[in-house]
Parts: sequence; C-alpha cells; structure tokens
Amino acid sequence: MKKLFLLLLVGFIGLQLTAQESTLPKVMIKTLDGQSFSTSDISNDGKPVILSFWALWCKPCQKELDAFNELYAEWQNETGVKIYAVSIDDSRSTARVAPLVKGKSWEFEVLLDPNGDFKRAMNVNMIPHTFLIDGSGKIVSQHTAYFDGAEHELYEKVKKLVGKK
Amino acid sequence: MRKLMISLLALLLFSAVEAQDFINNATVNGSFQTDVQFYRPDAAIGITDSTIAGRKVGINGFGNIIYTLGKFKAGMRYEAFLGPMAGFDPRQEGNGFPYLWASYSTDLVEVTVGNFYEQFGNGLIFRTYEEWTLGYDNSMNGMRVVLYPMKGLTLKGIYGTQRFFWQKYERNSRGLVRGADADFNLNDAITGWESAGVRLSLGASAVSKYQRDADPIYNLPENVGAFSGRFNLGAGNFNLMTEYAYKINDPSSSNNFIYQEGQAILSSLSYSQKGLGVVLQLKRVDNMSFKSDRAVSSNALDINFLPPINRIHAYSLTAKYPYATQPNGEMGLQFQVNYKIPKGSLLGGKYGTGLALNYSQVNDIVRNAIVDDNSTLIGAAGTLGYTSDFFKVSKHIFFRDINFEIEKRFNSKLKGTVQYMNLLYDIATIEGHTGDPAVEAHVGVADFTYRLTSRNALRVEAQALWTKQDEGDWAALMAEYTIAPKWFLAVADQYNYGNPDTEMRNHYYTVSGGYTRESTRLALTFGRQSEGVVCVGGVCRQVPASSGLTLTISTNF
Repeated sequence: MKKLFLLLLVGFIGLQLTAQESTLPKVMIKTLDGQSFSTSDISNDGKPVILSFWALWCKPCQKELDAFNELYAEWQNETGVKIYAVSIDDSRSTARVAPLVKGKSWEFEVLLDPNGDFKRAMNVNMIPHTFLIDGSGKIVSQHTAYFDGAEHELYEKVKKLVGKK
Repeated sequence: MRKLMISLLALLLFSAVEAQDFINNATVNGSFQTDVQFYRPDAAIGITDSTIAGRKVGINGFGNIIYTLGKFKAGMRYEAFLGPMAGFDPRQEGNGFPYLWASYSTDLVEVTVGNFYEQFGNGLIFRTYEEWTLGYDNSMNGMRVVLYPMKGLTLKGIYGTQRFFWQKYERNSRGLVRGADADFNLNDAITGWESAGVRLSLGASAVSKYQRDADPIYNLPENVGAFSGRFNLGAGNFNLMTEYAYKINDPSSSNNFIYQEGQAILSSLSYSQKGLGVVLQLKRVDNMSFKSDRAVSSNALDINFLPPINRIHAYSLTAKYPYATQPNGEMGLQFQVNYKIPKGSLLGGKYGTGLALNYSQVNDIVRNAIVDDNSTLIGAAGTLGYTSDFFKVSKHIFFRDINFEIEKRFNSKLKGTVQYMNLLYDIATIEGHTGDPAVEAHVGVADFTYRLTSRNALRVEAQALWTKQDEGDWAALMAEYTIAPKWFLAVADQYNYGNPDTEMRNHYYTVSGGYTRESTRLALTFGRQSEGVVCVGGVCRQVPASSGLTLTISTNF
C-alpha cells in the first residue's frame, strides 16, 4: 500500500512535468550492417520524422511498413518526411532482418534494437508502435496497433506539421 | 530497495521544488498496462471448477516511469500479479517494484545503479531481458559502467544478482554475476575508414558466476567462467557474423551434474541487394546452460541466451509447435530467401510480388562414452559426461520447418498472403511428452485484406493444420473488421476437427473488439483460447489456454 502510494505520488509529479514535451532519449543501438548508432542522431534537417517499432514476427507491423513504403516517395516529395523503422527482434532473428528489408525493397532507414534498450526508453509495450516527431525533435503524437488505412491519418498529421493542408 | 526508491523520490521532489529550471528541462514519461481475465469452467476444453480452484480472476499489471533531467535518468516499474493469469508461473504472484534504477551518462561514461538489462554480443554468455507477455524477467540488480574511451570502442562492466521472481537476494541464496565486454568498430575508430567498402567490428566478453558449493556429494566449481569472441565483417552486399563462446565445467541440475565444458557457436552469412535478401545461419550448442543458481532447471535465472534461429511464425497454427533451444546440445541451420518480383513484370504485375522461402533444421549432437569399454554411461552424473565430435551431426532431428510464402497486391483494394509450411517436431524432446512420436504436419494459411474505403477494411484469415500425431487436424477461420485508426472487431474459431479423441474435437471461438486512440488501447476478448501466439487487432502476443473474458488496458505518456 505504501509502495502504491509512492507510485501515485511519483505519477502526480510526472503529470506536472508532462507539460514538457518529450524528445528522443539517447540510446546506443545498431544499424543493419552492425555499426553502432546513437538514437540522438535520428533527425531530418528540421522536417518531421516517423519512428516505428516493429519485428519480424509481427504481421501488422510489416503491413504498416509496407503501406508506408508504397507511399514513401510521394510523402517525401510533398513533405520531406523521413521514416525510421526500429526492429526489436533479438539475436534469434537479427540476422534475418536485413535480408527481409532488402527483399521487400523498403526504402527507409531500418535500425536494430536487439535487447529492447530503445524500446524500453520509449515505453513501447506492444508493437507496432509509431511515433511522429516534429522538426525540432519533439514527440508530437504516437499510436499503437495498425489497421489498414491508418497511414492516411498519420500523413494528415505530417502535412499539418509542415504547414500543408 | 525502499531506500533507493526514497532517494529517487527525494531527488524528484528536490528537482521539482528547488529549481524551476530543472522542471523546464526535465521530462517524465511512462507506460501502464493491465490484463484482466475472468475465468469460467469449460469442461469441454478441460477447465473445471477444480482447475480454476476459486481463482476466477487473474490480473497482471505494470506501471513504468522514466524521469530524465539532462544527463541524469531514473526509472521504476511497479508490477502486480494478483493472482497471475492462467499460464504464468505461480511464483509470479506478488507485487512490488522489481525494477528501480538511476543512471548518469556523458559522452565518455554511463553509470547505472539498481536494475538493468544488458546483452553482450548475441547473448551467448550474457543477456538479461524481460518479456512481459511471457512473464520472463532475469534483470540484474547491481551496477553497470559503460565507457566510450575513443570513437568506435565501447567497454562495459557489470556485476550484481539476478531477479528470481519476488525472492529477495540474501547471502548465498543464489549466485553472483560479474562480467565485462569490449566492442571495437574499426571503421569508426580509424580515420579514413569511415566509408570504406569493408566494415569490420570485433568484440570479446567474459562472465563469471560465483555460487558457494554446499553439495554433499560433489566438489563443484564455485567460480564458473565463460568467455566469448565475435566479429562482424561486411563487404559490399555481403555480411558475415560469427560468435564463439566457451564455458568451463559447470555441473548443474540442467546437465545432470556432469563436468563437461560448454561451447556454442553462432554464425550467419547474408547477401542483400534491392529486391533480394539471402541469409544462411549455422549454430552448434553443447552443454551451454548457464544459470546463476545451479539447482534451478526451470525457465529462470538464465545468465546467457541461446537463440533458436528458426523462423518465428506469426499465425496461430504455424506457431502452434514452436521450437525451443536445447541447451544441452543441438546443431542447427537456417536458410532464408526473400525476393520481390519487380513491378511491371509478368509475375510481378502492377505492384510487384513478394516471395519468401525459409528452411530450418535442428539435430542433436553426437555423444560418445568417455571410456571405450562403455563402462561409464553417457551423461552419468559426476563424470565428464561424454565426448562429442564438433562436426558430427546426430540423425536425431529435433525440428525441421520448410515454409514458403507469397505476398501479392491485386489492386488498390485487395491484397493477400498465402503460406505453406512443412513441419517435423520432436514433441517428446521439446515439450517433454516422453514417448510421443514426432509431429509431422502440413500447414496452409491464406490471409486476405480488402479495403472497403480508405479507412474501413475487412481481413479474412483461413488456416489449416494436418497431422496424424498429437491433437490431429486443426482448421481456423478469422474475420476482422477495422476502422482505422481506432476500432476493430474480430470473430474467430479454431476447430480441432481431427483430434483422435472424438470427445476433444473442440471449437475455440473468440469474439474480440477494441478501441485505440493515440497510444491508449482498450481491448476485450470473449471466448476460448488455445495455446499459442495470437495476432489480432493489430498486435501479437503469446497466450495460454483459457476460457472466459479478457480485458486489456494499456497506455503510455
């Protein structure tokens, strides 16, 4: 009970602080060819970024990324948005991520988070979990789950960020 | 633990009250999830009043908070399993803060105190992680230092004890774990190599476990050392990764107290270019179970992680017989090709067609008696156990999976996936069903999505599994209606129509619905659940057999 009380107290302080918008935490993860990558380098020259957590065993995640990929060229032309897809596959399947990504011809950046360090830092419980980050690095919205057509809703938000209706 | 929490709290309050600037620069984020299951007796699928034993409700929940103030970070996770949901380890029952930590990081150093998760290389000698849906958590409670002395070089040092459900660590109650890891990336370290065509990184780690020897019979090693080395070499479109691990003798209840050394090797070679990806993986594991308590043989207190390299399937019937690594010995290979037939070609059509072929097989290793005259039995406790030729593969197959998948968009509204899988599964070894014959199964899946409007879609998934062993044939059908990005409704039935026991030819039907707004999600499922991975309503999770009502609420901020 005491612990619960403390948790609530901390929660309260948390609520007071959430007025401050979150930015991306700095975590060391990997690129597809095994190089170290700092998540503080996720940026797009003042334009929006879409950050999506996925895994090989998650069908809806791949459906979402397939949908992004089909529209990516068009989205980039119109708004300059950049997509990062972070695979949370562990060492069971990290070796299969790059071949799948290339095999599917995904055009966006794919990163590896094999022990879930970035996932935990971002409080991702279930995947797919997709974040929209504005040009100054602030997280402006996030969404779990993917249903067909949800990419349109997300893109409306991207357009709003760059001042296009 | 309470002291740590109170000091964290004091720090939070301090920063909140004392310095207005700190508030402006501080951020707090967190997440929350609770799963509630109401159980009802359902004699047909073997759930009676006595199996429920009065426990009509199972609740698993957690709340996680991370506080960031410049280079300082602190976090905590509260968990409550009151009582644990069906299928979770009964030792999970309890509540408290199993995950409390604080860290400070600069460009040169990162220090963490309290609980942490860490992995060296592929985890062959050290990995701590948590898998909420499985109730697995082997987090460290101790300290970690990470150093970045120069570009491309990362040094890590860790020590502590591991989480064992809710059992507090006391002197000698379980082992201590210490370890160090170095990772060196030559392309980052050497000027002029940054964009070289050849990319090379090297790594090495060492882990030691201390556990007092109180055994009345055997003289056991109190300090058990494990070592590993790895490299990752990339050239053009090729990539080669190999890690080798070695452990000194570590008699334990997992290996029947033999004094054999342990070894593991994991290697993968891949080629990828636009539209084509090929990967071949090989591994060999020999006596590599490594736990911080030698008396524990259940799924807990693992210091290392031996990855099963077969494909992890996403449909309920293709995932019905999942493979688990045999830490006492196995040799496996995995081969996968992903190919996209280009747009505009005869087979590619207007949108292109995706193909994936995957083959994996795992066999036992060959074990020979240590003495030629066979006077000592293979694997006898207190002996060296056996000798094993590194390259010899036993004829005993644990697991084989050959699967093929085609992905196709027909027009702007309709797309689909079909999959075929041929499976051989040694249920006696993997699930401990001693004496049962290996399951030979064929599985077919068809999954089609039709977009009615830009936001409304109907998905239909049909699956069949044919086998003469275990529970016999299964068929499954699901229809899911989604209104992006918020609503879903799904009905599904799995029918075990070929069960050799005609009494057990059950339907596992479910009706589920959910609402998602931003990152807040509410989902309700009613019906029967058979065991396996279930992907419904946009997410996947592992579920045990049950009957009743499940409510999931999750959010983050």
